[in-house]
Amino acid sequence: MVSKLKLLGIGTAASVIALGAAQAQAQESVSLTIVSWGGAYTASQVRAYHEPWMEKNPHVRIINDDGSANALAGLRAQSQAGNVTWDLVDMLPSDAQLACDEGIILEIDHDAVLAAAPDGTPPTEDFLPGSLGDCFIPQIVYSTVLTFRPDAFPADNQPSSIADLFDVENFPGRRALQDRPGTNLEWALYADGVDPDDIYDVLATPEGVDRAFAKLDTIKDHIIFWTEGAQAPQLLADGEVAFATGYNGRMFDAIEVEGMNAEIIWDGQVVEWDGWVVPAGGRNLDAVMEYLYFATDTQRLADQAKFISYGPARASSAALVGEHADLGIDMAPHMPTAPENYFSPIILDNDFWSDYGDELRERFATWMLQ
Amino acid sequence: MAQADAGALASPAATGRPERLRTADGVPLKAALRRAERRRKIAAFFLVAPLLFFILTFFVFPIAQMMWRSVDNPQVVRALPQTLEALQGWDGEGLPGEPVFAALHADFMADMERPRAEQATGPLAVRLNYELSAARSAITRTARQVDGFTAPYREAFLDSHRLWGDPELWRIIQREGRPLTTSYYVAALDREFDSAGNVVQRDEGRRIYVPLFIRTILLSVAITFLTFALGFPIAYYLSILPMRYASLLMICVLLPFWTSLLVRTSAWIVLLQQQGVINSALVAMGIIGDDGRIAMIYNMTGTIVAMTHILLPFMVLPLYSVMRTIPPSYMRAARSLGATPWTAFRRVYFPQTLPGIGAGGVLVFIISIGYYITPALVGGQSGRMISNEIARHMQQSLNWGLAAALGSMLLVGVLVLYWLYNRLVGADSLKFG
Amino acid sequence: MALPAYATTKDKVWYYTFRVICFAIFFFLLAPIIVMIPLSFNAQPFFSFTREMLTLNPEGYSLRWYRDFLGSDSWMRSIRNSFFIGILATILATTLGTVAALGLSRSEMPYKGAIMAILISPMIVPLIISAAGMFFFFSQIGISGTFLGVVLAHAALGTPFVIITVTATLVGFDQSLIRAAASLGASPTRTFFKITMPLILPGVISGALFAFITSFDEIVIVLFVAGPEQRTIPREMWSGIREDISPTILAVATLMVALSVLLLVAIELLRRRSERLRGLTPS
Repeated sequence: MVSKLKLLGIGTAASVIALGAAQAQAQESVSLTIVSWGGAYTASQVRAYHEPWMEKNPHVRIINDDGSANALAGLRAQSQAGNVTWDLVDMLPSDAQLACDEGIILEIDHDAVLAAAPDGTPPTEDFLPGSLGDCFIPQIVYSTVLTFRPDAFPADNQPSSIADLFDVENFPGRRALQDRPGTNLEWALYADGVDPDDIYDVLATPEGVDRAFAKLDTIKDHIIFWTEGAQAPQLLADGEVAFATGYNGRMFDAIEVEGMNAEIIWDGQVVEWDGWVVPAGGRNLDAVMEYLYFATDTQRLADQAKFISYGPARASSAALVGEHADLGIDMAPHMPTAPENYFSPIILDNDFWSDYGDELRERFATWMLQ
Repeated sequence: MAQADAGALASPAATGRPERLRTADGVPLKAALRRAERRRKIAAFFLVAPLLFFILTFFVFPIAQMMWRSVDNPQVVRALPQTLEALQGWDGEGLPGEPVFAALHADFMADMERPRAEQATGPLAVRLNYELSAARSAITRTARQVDGFTAPYREAFLDSHRLWGDPELWRIIQREGRPLTTSYYVAALDREFDSAGNVVQRDEGRRIYVPLFIRTILLSVAITFLTFALGFPIAYYLSILPMRYASLLMICVLLPFWTSLLVRTSAWIVLLQQQGVINSALVAMGIIGDDGRIAMIYNMTGTIVAMTHILLPFMVLPLYSVMRTIPPSYMRAARSLGATPWTAFRRVYFPQTLPGIGAGGVLVFIISIGYYITPALVGGQSGRMISNEIARHMQQSLNWGLAAALGSMLLVGVLVLYWLYNRLVGADSLKFG
Repeated sequence: MALPAYATTKDKVWYYTFRVICFAIFFFLLAPIIVMIPLSFNAQPFFSFTREMLTLNPEGYSLRWYRDFLGSDSWMRSIRNSFFIGILATILATTLGTVAALGLSRSEMPYKGAIMAILISPMIVPLIISAAGMFFFFSQIGISGTFLGVVLAHAALGTPFVIITVTATLVGFDQSLIRAAASLGASPTRTFFKITMPLILPGVISGALFAFITSFDEIVIVLFVAGPEQRTIPREMWSGIREDISPTILAVATLMVALSVLLLVAIELLRRRSERLRGLTPS
């Protein structure tokens, strides 16, 4: 009886110690919820940033949330509720500027919190011109491109330009476009003969907007709209559409990695940044800033290009871009910024979209439903 | 409970003068009965109370709170108290005078004193932008420059953004400078305020929600009718079969009913895609060419076909339970009295199935009018319904007030239907399986 | 109901046409579900039958999509999440719902109609509206993106089914049995577990099954209220359908169909048991 009690006591003591140890460990360990775009893009971040970081810092666990498509909604809801569960969010610079103005994400002093280039160039000079925002830390430059299925058209009549997207006579078949005005309106004007440099001047006038919508009307009956980045290559792969617009990295992944039968048209590619913002009121601010310092340094940005064909946002990373980690193909020619692809780019104008975006989004939504 | 019963044992009906009756304790029987009755009421209520509390807290309250957002309008009042006061005498014509701009400056400066998380100009910019495009950039851009402004403020503001010279912006500030607003409902009904403050209909090209409500209703009617057209024959067939065979065939109805919604939706994607089973079969049989594959999904056809399939069991089950109870002898009697089969069916059988048709019809209609998942996955653009638009305003356009207004209108519609359904058949008569 | 001997040709034509129509509708109901099953064993990443499959060549079939499914961390986690959330929500919904149904079926229950309407409302209100309401409220009280939030939401959706099935069993319930037990000296608790519970048990279990399947199949609330840690099977399928429809989805779907067959059998057995038991109850 006595020995039983003793055993019980020892057992209890042991479990108390074990519990204490577990608690001590739990106190140290941190879970970071990082919000990104999902699919191939998140995968590239996991391999280039998250995995090496967690290897260095075993107490950190990174949870991936594919919420970037609705990032602004999430940030607003969490901030209104005073319950911020996201630690770091990947979003577009135009949305980042809105969130910054609303005060729901932190302002960033780039030189103070980010790593300098290996040669000592401060971040504000190393990141590509015009890419930094008050609250925004750029990661990549990406582009929206037109992609098509070669087998949807005869071999002697393959599309090669944005104008062909709007030519249903010569290039019949359904088209998958994104369900928002950005890129679509620019392309409508470009296909209608507007010079890439003048597009936003024309689009700022009511006549210009009418002209863009009139051009879109010509293909309206042939359009399927997609919402999330991964849907565009999927629609192409399923043969649902002959053309799809999409992010060049996803298209690269679908074509080169998954073996989808499709080709990219670099004509009129719409170029934009993408990057990180830090929600105000997050619980793990120190851990997030440590992670950010690591994940945005020169080497890490160059590493991401091993997994997906987006250009690094630092000048110092460009020289380090090498071959695809799994396929061994040279990544440089697949970058949006490669000279042979960068012949008629349209640079997405975030100032324009923050001024006119709501009006155009509303009109576009109405147009889609009619 | 046992005590109350003991008290009730001396039945008042057994005697001619019930008011004199007393229990063994000497309490008048009427009082004892009343007390027992009250105790039983409280006991019954206590059984229900935990669930009632749970549903009220985690279901009814959140929805009421969401509906409140459709009229809640704190942003302007909070951000521009001095401006609103200065604007009180303004008649809505031309631009307000210098005192208003000075008050605006003071409001902006006061806001900058607040901690960043409590600043009011961010929400103000978002709020005004729902009413007037580019109002957001007017506010945020001005907020960044405002501490450098000097009197006269009117010129300083007009220089910082063109919108400050637009009387429309000032009319909106004046109109929305109240804690409650109707503007979300105005927008949800495809209406807007004109410069005199009257509610007018929008231009034809900018009406979205009313046509979408109409489309949602038409689609739901079409789906309800299709489920009826398909459900009636099989429910009838099941009801005339011997029980053993009926139970067996019932599996065809119950298996889809119990199968995950997403499984059934993916099944339809597999079948209807351009490279899917049906198109491939048609191509293989030579009915259509390889380049003539039919677009059956990501459009209205996709929504109607998939939703009819998903909701068919909800029509068959109530129809079947009603038809089972109709004696076959009625039809035989009608026939033997000389009615043709058609007349017998129309005049004798069909009227008796009406309660089942009503129950199934209202049920299918209620479910389909608020459907979200299937239209979102297979509906494309032409198969969108009002729920998809509510989700879009919740997650993408972030106009939560408008989402709440649209949601409240949908909810009221559904509740009216539910009330009708209750009147017709009673809510607790719902049966599954 | 075979054709009588005196049936005319017209009757005969109608008799067979009607049956053909009915079987076509049964086919419409079942075919989509059946078609997925062989396709989930496709060796190719296509959604149509390959030549090898049609000629029943074993080369055309493989278990690769099932291996994909079983080897995927995110699918396995979604299974754990679905069962965890489903079971907790079911326990909560069944307990609250059964107790409330006992109260509701007492004749002396005050405001019965109004209370019943409130308790049934989670079944009637469109999910998008419930989800929108919970999205705001749960963020405010700090339980959005937690298991607790999803469990509470799913429990709320499941309770109407428990109420309906349990009150249905109680309709035929003979209250004099309780009085008999009491008069024989049983305490209320003992009466409940010895008399009431066994009689309403089939209703409770089928209500619980409904509550479970409601949670197990629910996606709209999960989309709005759950975080990345609470991704359930439907949530994973939703991403799968929107992002890449590989036959892995069909493998999952096939397993889900198998699960619904099991549930269907369970419900049928319960129904029979309930009828048998109630047949024994004097009324």
